[in-house]
Amino acid sequence: MADTSVELRDLVKYHGATLAVDHLSLEVRAGEFFSILGPSGAGKTTTLRLVGGFERPDRGEILVEGRSMQNVPPNLRPVNLVFQTYALFPHMTVFNNVAFGLEMRRIRRAELRSRVSAALDMVKLSDKHSRLPSQLSGGEQQRVALARALVNRPAVVLLDEPLGALDQQLRQEMQLELKAIQKQVGITFICVTHHQEEALTMSDRVAVMNHGRVLQVGSPQEVYESPTSEVVARFIGLSNHLSGRIVTVGGTTCRITSPDIPTTQPLLVRRPPGPMEANRVMLLLRPERLHVSQDAQAGRFDNAVSARIEKVTYTGSEMQYLLRLSDSVLWRARLPNSGARQERFRVGEAVFLCWNADDGVILTE
Amino acid sequence: MNRGRIWLRSASLANLLFLYLPIAVLILFSFNASRLSATWQGGTFRWYLVLVEDQALLAAVHNSLVVAAVSTFLATVLGVSAAVGLERLPAGRRWTVEGALLLPLVIPEVMLGVALLLFFVMIKVPLSLVTVTIGHTVWNVPIVAVIVQARLQKLDSRLVEAALDLGATPWQAFRRVTLPLLTPAIIGAVLMAFTLSLDDFIVTFFTAGPGSTTLPLKVYSMIKSGVSPEINALSAMLVLISMALIGLSLLVQRQRH
Repeated sequence: MADTSVELRDLVKYHGATLAVDHLSLEVRAGEFFSILGPSGAGKTTTLRLVGGFERPDRGEILVEGRSMQNVPPNLRPVNLVFQTYALFPHMTVFNNVAFGLEMRRIRRAELRSRVSAALDMVKLSDKHSRLPSQLSGGEQQRVALARALVNRPAVVLLDEPLGALDQQLRQEMQLELKAIQKQVGITFICVTHHQEEALTMSDRVAVMNHGRVLQVGSPQEVYESPTSEVVARFIGLSNHLSGRIVTVGGTTCRITSPDIPTTQPLLVRRPPGPMEANRVMLLLRPERLHVSQDAQAGRFDNAVSARIEKVTYTGSEMQYLLRLSDSVLWRARLPNSGARQERFRVGEAVFLCWNADDGVILTE
Repeated sequence: MNRGRIWLRSASLANLLFLYLPIAVLILFSFNASRLSATWQGGTFRWYLVLVEDQALLAAVHNSLVVAAVSTFLATVLGVSAAVGLERLPAGRRWTVEGALLLPLVIPEVMLGVALLLFFVMIKVPLSLVTVTIGHTVWNVPIVAVIVQARLQKLDSRLVEAALDLGATPWQAFRRVTLPLLTPAIIGAVLMAFTLSLDDFIVTFFTAGPGSTTLPLKVYSMIKSGVSPEINALSAMLVLISMALIGLSLLVQRQRH
C-alpha cells in the first residue's frame, strides 16, 4: 500500500438523475503521471472534482496516501487542482498568486519567498513576478497555475484539461515540459484529458473512461497496442473496423474471413494471448498503418484487399483517403506526405489496401 | 450628416434641456441679487453667506449627514451579506428571497413611509433620528444588494474554489478573493446609498420626529413661506453634491479588475 498515492473505491456520483461516475475504482501509484482519457461528458472532470473535494461522492471512498478523504474539506486535502480555466486571482500579481497557498499555511516570509521563486523558475517565469494575470499570455497563465499548485508540495496535483486552451504548437511543447517537470518534482500527477495523443505522450499509465466507467487501465503502449474493447480501440485511433469470424488459429496469429468484403484469402491478424474460444470477432485497424498501392505487394505485406478511392484530402503533412471496400465497408487511410515521388491516387481509382498482421487488433464479441 | 442623425441629436438635446433647464434656472437664481425670485437684478454670493450662518439649517445638515452615514453603513453590511448569501442559495429559493428583498424598491415610497410609521407607532418607538435612520436603512439595503449582486454574478466561482483548494478556509477565501474583487461595486453602492439617504424626503417625512429635521425636510418647511433666494442657494448646493456623488459612484463601478 505504501506506493499507492490515490485510491478510488467504488465511487458513485449522480448529477441530478444522470449518473456521472459509475462504480469507479482506480489506484494511482505514488510519483506517477496518471491520465484519465475519455470523451467530453465521460465523467472525468467530476472524478477530479471528487478527489479535490469540491463534490461529495454519493457512494464509495477516496483515499489519499492511505487516509480517507471522507468529510475532509478541500482546504485540508493534500491535493492541488490546476483548473482548466486556470482560475488565477485577477487582483494579485504572479508572485502573490503563487504565494497564496503558502500564506494560508503560515509559512515564514523568507522560506515563502525562496519557494515561490523556485517554483516560478521551474516554469520559466522568473522575470514575471510582478505582472498581473491579465498581462500574461495563455501559455504563461497556464504556467502560473501549475506553479501555484506545485509550490505547496502536495501529495497529488490534479490537472483538468491542462493544455486544452493552448494552440497546437504550444500544446506539444507543454506536453514534454509538463512531463519533465513532473519527473523533476516527483509528485503524483493525475491529468484529465480528451486528447489521446496528449495522454499517451505524457503519462506513465492511462485510464480510458466513458459513461462514468473505467474501461481499461494500462501503460500508453498497452492501451495503444492492445485495447480490450471497441470503445477504447476507437478512442485511441483504431477507426477502421470489420466484423468476421476466425477460420484458423496459430501460435501468435489467426486468420479471419468476413462476409462483408470480397477477400481472396483469409486475413492474417495478431491474436491476443490465451485460448481463443469465441468465433465471431471484430477486426480494428489504424488508418496510419494502411498502405495504398496499385498492386497487392504480396511479398511485403501479410494482407491485401481491393478498394476504390472515394475521397482524397490533402492536409499538407499527409494524404487522407476514404476507401470503399464493399457496399457496407468504408475505411480511412492516412499516408504521410513523403514528397513529389510518392504515388498519388485519384477519386474512383481501383487500388489495393495492404497491411501486416500486427497493424490490427481483434476483439472477441 | 444624414437626416436620421440630425433627428437623433435634436431629440437628445431636447431631452437634456427638459431634464436640466429647471435645475440650471435654480442655480442661476441662487446668485440673484433681488429678494424676489422672478426678476434678475445682478449677481451676488450673499445668499450662500446667509445660509452658512443659519443655525437651524446647519443643524439640519448635521442631522442629514449623521443619518446618511449610519444608514449607509448598516445598509452596506446588510446588503453585501444579503447579496453573498443569495448567491449560495439554490436557484428556486433564490428567486423567492430575492423578490422579498427587492420589494422596498418597487412599492411606492409613500407606502413604505406609511408602513414604517405605523410599525414604529405600534411597537411604541418614539419618532427620532433613530427611526429616520432605520427607515433609510430599509430603503437602502436592496439598492446595495442589487449593485453588489450584479458584480458577484460576473465573478468566476472557480476563483473561490481555487482559494479553498490552496488551503484557505471559506472565510479566508471570502476576505482574500471575493471581497477585493467586489470592492469597486461596494464603493459604488456606498456612494449611491449615501446620496439617496441625503436626498430622501418621503420616508424621512413619515419617520422623523421633533428635533430630527433633515435637510430636505428643512427645505420643504422653508418653501411653505415662499421661495426665497436662500432656498435656491441651498438647493443648488444639494444638487451639485448629489450629482458629484452619483457621478463618482458610476465611475468607481465602471472600474474593472
